[in-house]
Amino acid sequence: MNFTLKIWRQKNAKAKGKFVTYNIENISESCSFLEMLDILNNQLIEKGDDPVSFDHDCREGICGTCSLYINGRPHGPDDAVTTCQLHMRRFKDGDTIVIEPWRSGAFPVIRDLMVDRKAFDKIIQAGGFISVNTGGIPDANAILIPKDKADTAMDAAACIGCGACVAACKNASAMLFVSAKVSHLAVLPQGKAEASRRVQAMVAKMDELGFGNCTNTGACEAECPKQISIDNIARMNREFLGAKLGAQKQK
Amino acid sequence: MSNKFLKYSSVTKKIVMSLAGLFLIVFLVMHLSINLLLLKSDDGAAYMQAVHFMTTNPIVKFMEIFLFGGFLLHIILGIVLQIQNWQARPVRYKVEGFSQKSFFSKYMIHTGAIIFVFLIIHFINFYFVKLGWVNPPEGVDKHDFYQMAGILFSNHFYAILYVILMIVLGFHLNHAFQSAFQSLGLNHTKYTPAIKAIGTIYSIVVPLGFAIIPLYFLLIK
Repeated sequence: MNFTLKIWRQKNAKAKGKFVTYNIENISESCSFLEMLDILNNQLIEKGDDPVSFDHDCREGICGTCSLYINGRPHGPDDAVTTCQLHMRRFKDGDTIVIEPWRSGAFPVIRDLMVDRKAFDKIIQAGGFISVNTGGIPDANAILIPKDKADTAMDAAACIGCGACVAACKNASAMLFVSAKVSHLAVLPQGKAEASRRVQAMVAKMDELGFGNCTNTGACEAECPKQISIDNIARMNREFLGAKLGAQKQK
Repeated sequence: MSNKFLKYSSVTKKIVMSLAGLFLIVFLVMHLSINLLLLKSDDGAAYMQAVHFMTTNPIVKFMEIFLFGGFLLHIILGIVLQIQNWQARPVRYKVEGFSQKSFFSKYMIHTGAIIFVFLIIHFINFYFVKLGWVNPPEGVDKHDFYQMAGILFSNHFYAILYVILMIVLGFHLNHAFQSAFQSLGLNHTKYTPAIKAIGTIYSIVVPLGFAIIPLYFLLIK
């Protein structure tokens, strides 16, 4: 298969970037999207050009490192997959593919298609944890949790923090990510004790970092490779409202 | 003033926005129920009675403060949030996304701005006339809203503009209704489908109810 690639090239965070067009030939249809970029990079290196920088790690859809905004969609045209799980058979021979980095003020471009997603780490540091020493691995039945609660928490915890929600949102809002992280702790007894402090701290950090506001477009949910539901956003709003209204007077 | 608004968290702003919006949604039903009296063929007697009540009753006059407050909050917060949203993505995509599930949700600021412009025209046509800031049409008493509405709706240009505006309002409400509940965190496996259905019905029925009136004046009367 042959493709025309329009790839965003940017030397560093400060440089002005531009799109560069590459033609790539003889790509197998069972080639993954990232393998296709590897092939392109090998060709660029052979020619003495700079290879295209892009994020990748596990290449099996669980680490959340790969990104890429492909033809107007984060992680490309397939639903519920990351870019590393996308294959070239999903495209037609001769297609033009536009590849852009995640666009958000809170995710500055490091180089080419790589963006700095430290903002997500900062949100987690603000409250996405339980501040007790959990010790060794506890017995599975030490704290009994109803199946439906465990499932809700697990579905939220499936978030891999890739940032596709921010990339897809027309407001570059991080609400789906933050709400998933708030939810998976808030529905479990271990996380309940600090739920009120947590949701306020994480929302405050999210705002401070310059993410946009949620307008309930549902784009995040549609593009999330782990299919995190916007029900989590409603839960976070509920938690937040309860925390603000129910806050006791400070002694 | 905007600094004060910026201080509040995004979620607080959205919650206030949705509460103000829901209040306006309730107000629209009130407004429509009075407007529909224009359709009664009694030369506006019932309509004028309702108008008289709405402009003189002390409780209604007191509630007017909240109504203007609701409008103001909804509009100012809408603008503040939108500016922040634009700032959150300083470099735009070459290929704009089409991931949005809800079409109308993308155009809330645009439909909102159109409704705002209409609101100003609406005030000039009615509320400011009542206050005496704007002169009523010749030979019409400044409290005679029936005559004023009749004159406006008999104007083809205004009537068509009004109908188009109601379609825009419908687009705005279609997303607004269910979105308000989502922002308030009122999401439930049992009730959310019903809220979405009611929101869709509301966003069709209410603007349609308003739009029928100029069409009646234009085509039948």
